[in-house]
Amino acid sequence: MINPSEVMETNRMITDSKLDVRTITLGISLLSCIDSDLKTCCDKIYDKITALAGKLVETGEAIEKEYKIPIVNKRISVTPIALIGGACCKKPEDFVEIAKTLDRAAKKVGVNFLGGYSALVSKGMTEADRNLILSIPEALKSTEVVCSSVNVGSTKTGINMDAVRLLGQVIKKTAEETKGDSCIGCAKLVVFCNAPDDNPFMAGAFHGVTEADAVINVGVSGPGVVKTALEAVRGESFEILCETIKKTAFKITRVGQLVAKEASEMLGVPFGIVDLSLAPTPAVGDSVADILKEIGLEQPGAPGTTAALAILNDQVKKGGVMASSYVGGLSGAFIPVSEDRGMIEAVEKGALTIEKLEAMTCVCSVGLDMIAVPGDTSETTISGIIADEMAIGMINQKTTAVRLIPVIGKKVGDNVEFGGLLGYAPIMPVNSFDCSTFINREGRIPAPIHSFKN
Amino acid sequence: MKRAVITVVGKDCVGIIARTCTYLAENRINILDISQTIVKEFFNMMMIVDVTDIDKDFLVLANELEALGQDIGVSVKIQREDIFDMMHRI
Repeated sequence: MINPSEVMETNRMITDSKLDVRTITLGISLLSCIDSDLKTCCDKIYDKITALAGKLVETGEAIEKEYKIPIVNKRISVTPIALIGGACCKKPEDFVEIAKTLDRAAKKVGVNFLGGYSALVSKGMTEADRNLILSIPEALKSTEVVCSSVNVGSTKTGINMDAVRLLGQVIKKTAEETKGDSCIGCAKLVVFCNAPDDNPFMAGAFHGVTEADAVINVGVSGPGVVKTALEAVRGESFEILCETIKKTAFKITRVGQLVAKEASEMLGVPFGIVDLSLAPTPAVGDSVADILKEIGLEQPGAPGTTAALAILNDQVKKGGVMASSYVGGLSGAFIPVSEDRGMIEAVEKGALTIEKLEAMTCVCSVGLDMIAVPGDTSETTISGIIADEMAIGMINQKTTAVRLIPVIGKKVGDNVEFGGLLGYAPIMPVNSFDCSTFINREGRIPAPIHSFKN
Repeated sequence: MKRAVITVVGKDCVGIIARTCTYLAENRINILDISQTIVKEFFNMMMIVDVTDIDKDFLVLANELEALGQDIGVSVKIQREDIFDMMHRI
């Protein structure tokens, strides 16, 4: 039988170390909603989402109460809309209508984000893909909870540089369209390489076409728990450091697995995966940067940061994989700047630069995340940063992503406040040398060679 | 058997166990194990209980126990045992 010290340990993780389940995400296939008439398509989408997700929030809340574990977000991911709207959307404005429908449906069922306003264009763009991408600025301006993502490359196909170039423009335009609201549109737009089909985390969640009609994916969290566990092994060897992270990750993931199974049973929807990610929030004690400091760095960004992050990421996976029957999604430590108090501090102190963050993304998910850059950063420079990050993903056979926010009217030294889980960010300097001749080349980067690995 | 864990934490006073146990008896909840300590006037109790035969919804029970705790002046929490089993047993 369970003993008091185990009960206390679990409850201390929840109350003191902010252990929570970051998200229950219900993936919904909208393939059955495809129609050649825009209005009919929108009606079908609204009906399907509200029917399947009607009890999602209520179920999440019931699980929270039964186990006394906070489930921070209840969310929905849908099939990439470029596929769904292809038959009825002849121009970008038509896609915006679908975005508004998604927004209405998401608000009706009470979820805080809905992901899947997406296009998968890693090799080429259809007319529908292009129209959806062009509609992103208006769609993100006229909706509140819809998140968008575009997959522009993969290890198998290479990188679609035409899409990368277009997204530089789209990100800039999205920032312009939402400049009255801290350019928040860009915080809801992710550019991916090797995007997973079953990611429960926003803003990059979508329900891949290889998935079932509906599925429950759960994202766990708990950087605070790992940090607290590491406090007890200060100065110990790497072996003990790694063992401690692994054991903690196991415990955290078991909770995710339990919640996923419970939610799946209560909703009558199959369980998909548990995403083993350490996801920080701006709250004190919920920071991945603090773990890096606890491992032994004065600030994230100091020499040794990439190695420390590699250890952390690998041990989280090793511990987590045994704890869950199905692991998927992004599964890695997140290092967003604005959503992590420790990262913000490192940037403010000059310890952390975009270049170092880029190096860190080579060893962990999920890329250059929630980074605010000066508003006058050119479209081609944004595309250049995206291309670099996509290349890391393509060559290393991993998911990488870019979520950059060019904050209109602000420059290095200023701050931008997004509020809530998105936090705030200092504007980071960007290398100002020009890359437009490179970006303006047309076509795609060929798929990389899969042998001779070095 | 469906089991749950009740934890009671707070400043010690007369009747914490009596009132909690009376509530459990009234709701057909059998106590399987109790451990209780007092550290510097701080009351700390953990009970493992059998909730197989309860008539009320588990969430109603959780709310009522929370309210009871507020009335006594301590924190009373009931959680399904699975969360501890999952975390601490392979």
